[in-house]
Amino acid sequence: MSNDEYRRQESELDDLYREIIIDHYRHPRHKGHLSAPSACHEGVNPLCGDEVTVEVALDGEALGEIAYSGSGCSISQSSASMMTEAVAGKSVAEARRLIADFTAMMRGDEGIDPDALGDLEALSGVRKFPVRIKCATLAWHTLAEALAEASAD
Amino acid sequence: MRQETRDRVLDVNAIRADFPILQREVYGKPLVYLDNAATSQTPRQVIDALVRYYESYNANIHRAVHALGEEATAAYEEAREKVARFIGAPSAESVIFTRNTTEAINLVAYAWGRANVGEGDEIILTQMEHHSNLIPWQLLAEEKGAAIRYIEVTPEGTLELGNLSALFSPRTKLLAMPHVSNSLGTINPVEEIIAEASRRGVTTLIDGAQAIPHMPVDVQAVGADFYAFSAHKMLGPTGVGVLYARRELLEEMAPFLSGGEMIRKVTFEGATWNDLPWKFEAGTPNIADAIAFGSAIDYLDALGMENVRRHEVEVTAYALERLRAIDDVTLYGPDDPEGRGGVVSFNFGDLHPHDVGTILDRQGVAIRAGHHCTQPLMRCLGVTGTARASFYVYNTQEEVDVLMDGLKAARDFFR
Ligand SMILES: Cc1ncc(COP(=O)(O)O)c(C=O)c1O
Repeated sequence: MSNDEYRRQESELDDLYREIIIDHYRHPRHKGHLSAPSACHEGVNPLCGDEVTVEVALDGEALGEIAYSGSGCSISQSSASMMTEAVAGKSVAEARRLIADFTAMMRGDEGIDPDALGDLEALSGVRKFPVRIKCATLAWHTLAEALAEASAD
Repeated sequence: MRQETRDRVLDVNAIRADFPILQREVYGKPLVYLDNAATSQTPRQVIDALVRYYESYNANIHRAVHALGEEATAAYEEAREKVARFIGAPSAESVIFTRNTTEAINLVAYAWGRANVGEGDEIILTQMEHHSNLIPWQLLAEEKGAAIRYIEVTPEGTLELGNLSALFSPRTKLLAMPHVSNSLGTINPVEEIIAEASRRGVTTLIDGAQAIPHMPVDVQAVGADFYAFSAHKMLGPTGVGVLYARRELLEEMAPFLSGGEMIRKVTFEGATWNDLPWKFEAGTPNIADAIAFGSAIDYLDALGMENVRRHEVEVTAYALERLRAIDDVTLYGPDDPEGRGGVVSFNFGDLHPHDVGTILDRQGVAIRAGHHCTQPLMRCLGVTGTARASFYVYNTQEEVDVLMDGLKAARDFFR
């Protein structure tokens, strides 16, 4: 294998496991449970057994509190942690927009500028590992379900 | 990379030369294929059999009046004879071709289970079932109002048989279990358990998907009423499985799928069924792949299943020894390589199996990461998944070394 090829692969792995992703994996934010959640939803990735439960407590139109719990690979868990940081305190409408933008980025949608998503851009490297994309989006789909439940009540 | 081998029982270099796929590279590294419990690779001889069929005698079987049809029919039925001999079945009539192990088990759950399991009846399974030997019985139990009881798995990854007799009741209709666990590698004492079940008049089914490919098995010595396995895990093509069954049971059973091929006489009022085994093979079967499966059996026969087993024990023993030397590796399943198939399940420090799998993949090493279709078992073990390396006739100790180097790389990555 050429040196260029080596470097390309190393850098793809580095892209997958960006420092910020490892940091969230090692030091999860908002991990735990809420005392009075408005809704709680459990998401599982049947293929690999990743589990993420998202709890939300609405404060009027805002996402007052959010927490997640679960177990799984570094990508699924750090994505959950980064998500809670990104949406905490936002309005429900803003959170929904972010879910749409994030999942569009993971699909490789050209209309999305990853850099506009702040830290979440770090997860765009996962796109080069198609089997891992579901790991990255699990928490986000779970949040969408939790918000739907919370708003339905 | 030249594979040097210290192997004594198989000429692994010669074997490797028969498998075209082993020449390929993955991400610029030589492929190290350690996912054989999921599916095995295919030797040139099997690929040639497929090509030969399509190039020279492709035809529908059993009802053609022409030469091609006769040749195809003869080759298809010869493959069935080979399977029967390979597993020690009394006759080819008790060998039914299906799509895979899963379909073979479903055939039993529908054609036998619907007629013989009723409300209040009981089914015994183990906690180490592959979902293929779990869901069909859960559906049956739910539909009929039957109950399922499970033989427990010990912390060592073996079955807890101390209280086996207590699991049976006068309502027990079926005992179904794996011969070898695909997640733990455990070789279960099936003869003993089946003898106990048979003594009580309980029908038995063995999921042999991980046994037939890797060790000598005589289905009559095992003693099960039904025994299921897949060609694609034993050097054969995808799309062919086998249900072996005791003849008397097959004769009593109603058909599973119906249509052409499985009938004798059809009128507007009804039909009578074809003889065994065709009664259970509705429609045009997977002719080409069944014939090629016959070639896979020839290949394994030539190696000798006892040698295949010895080789796997050696490679597995070496892998266990190397993995045990790493402090924070947790191994699952029996300690003694003689007590397990060529399957090594492990976790590595606090690294998730997926992350381990992705990093190994970039080194050309293909392993499995996850629950291996045994979610309830993973819950028993208190994990969401494991990393699993599984070996076959072409794997070498040098490939285990590459796996170990890959694990080091994974650790460095997450440090
Ligand atoms: C123990 C066991 N049973 C059943 C199966 C299912 O085999 P198939 O997918 O060929 O039906 C497998 C394969 O994954 C297995 O390992």
